[in-house]
Amino acid sequence: MATPTKPSPKATPETQPFWDATARGELHLQRCRPCDAHYFPPRPFCPTCHSQDVAWEPVSGRGRLHTYVINHRPAPGFEEEAPYPIALVELEEGPRLMANIVEAPAEPDALVLDMPLEVTFEDQGGMQVPKFRPAEPQEGAR
Amino acid sequence: MTMPSTAIIGAAETDELGTLPDRSELQLHAEAARNTLEDAKLAPADIDGIACAGQSPIAVAHYLGIEPAWIDGTGVGGASFMFHVRHAAGAIAAGLCSTVLITHGQSGRSRLGPAGGGRGRDSLPGQFETPHGIVGPPTLFPMGVLRYMKETGTTHEQLASVAVAQRRWAARNPRAKYRDEITVDDVFASPMIAYPMHKLECCLVTDGGGALILTSSDRAEEMDLPHPPVHLLGAGEAMETPMVSQMEDVTSSKAFRRSSAAAFAQAGITPDDVDHLMIYDAFAHLPIYGLEDLGFVGRGEAGAFIEEGHTSPGGRLPLNTNGGGLSYTHTGMYGMFALQESVRQLRGTAPAQVDGVEISVAQGVGGMFMSGGTVVLGRERR
Repeated sequence: MATPTKPSPKATPETQPFWDATARGELHLQRCRPCDAHYFPPRPFCPTCHSQDVAWEPVSGRGRLHTYVINHRPAPGFEEEAPYPIALVELEEGPRLMANIVEAPAEPDALVLDMPLEVTFEDQGGMQVPKFRPAEPQEGAR
Repeated sequence: MTMPSTAIIGAAETDELGTLPDRSELQLHAEAARNTLEDAKLAPADIDGIACAGQSPIAVAHYLGIEPAWIDGTGVGGASFMFHVRHAAGAIAAGLCSTVLITHGQSGRSRLGPAGGGRGRDSLPGQFETPHGIVGPPTLFPMGVLRYMKETGTTHEQLASVAVAQRRWAARNPRAKYRDEITVDDVFASPMIAYPMHKLECCLVTDGGGALILTSSDRAEEMDLPHPPVHLLGAGEAMETPMVSQMEDVTSSKAFRRSSAAAFAQAGITPDDVDHLMIYDAFAHLPIYGLEDLGFVGRGEAGAFIEEGHTSPGGRLPLNTNGGGLSYTHTGMYGMFALQESVRQLRGTAPAQVDGVEISVAQGVGGMFMSGGTVVLGRERR
């Protein structure tokens, strides 16, 4: 029996630039120029003002641990990692992404809300999926 | 039967038709919607009702940044849009909404992000949630719980007390699946499913069903019926996002707040008028969110309110009196059972009957705080 593999995302035309960037090891998001605000998930217009004056831009890859669960019943492909954290990361630029927290124990004491995180990537079926790991606090951070 | 005349004030198609390998199905909905808004010279904020088939109307509305008060996902094949027009006419005539957007988009040839459960690999959840090892609702629904606990000081014991309180009701209900009373320690001793949720803080998975029959209150009063009619005093519907990761605030349900506000306004009631309450409890935090979002208690007060027994038998706000999804039954779409218990309490036929129920509220949830529906029922019509 084949070993289960982790689920792999499949891009659509509107999300292709996001996945093209992760393939290069970069995190890119769209920013609405009139609103001067980043938004997520991708779409070719601003969900707030409907302007199509939007641009793909690299973002810092830094964020904070907003909230999480520690999943004890693994999804296919995650058997060896269980239990594992599934988190929402609030990026410095504002939007929140779901991602696994890696390079940290999957224990509540090691996963303190608002701790600083930075992006890294993991290959899942040929797609580079964003993950986050603990980071050193930035200057001026809370 | 006649009803007030309804008019179509915007109509447009996507920029192109044919083979469109550069647009997902969701984007086809959005492009058609944006062109139609332009055709009518209306802004997204002017739209307060949405209907579509294939894709979820919630996915389409969230993608467009629209917050409708009326949502119709009737999907009955290619004629769905004729149904939507009729349903919209009824909703507008009834004052449920004023301006409805009906969209169609289908990547029938290129098959880019087609509908089909809404979580395919190229759906937005399929790209931005599923790859992180989610295993259904237990990994998604409780996502905001730790944030809620941090912001409000709510404890793990208070979260567990939701399951304890509901088991007290279930112990009085012979049809409940689990009827032995439990303690907070029993909850903590049950297997961890997805921290911070233990097994006893997650709903059952069962088989079952329920149904309702509605007619006008006038006709109901003329009919020779075996049970007194239960009257609909108000109702509300709202949505937020099909992705829990994109909730505006993971510690509160916007859909709960908006649907309950609409229902209470239509019924002309406040939380003080409610004798009996059902809040869809797929997980233990839902009654906590619900008590706060519906306005029964203040921010951060719900955990203590439940822990102190105010929602338990003999308490001042009987909540989930059938035992709820945690102890009674949960087929997957439990909302029907919340409505059934509200009807029983108003008829006076519930196994754990509460004295003097004149008004009951049933709060439903869809998806992971994706949608909210509120129904206010009463013994007397207004």
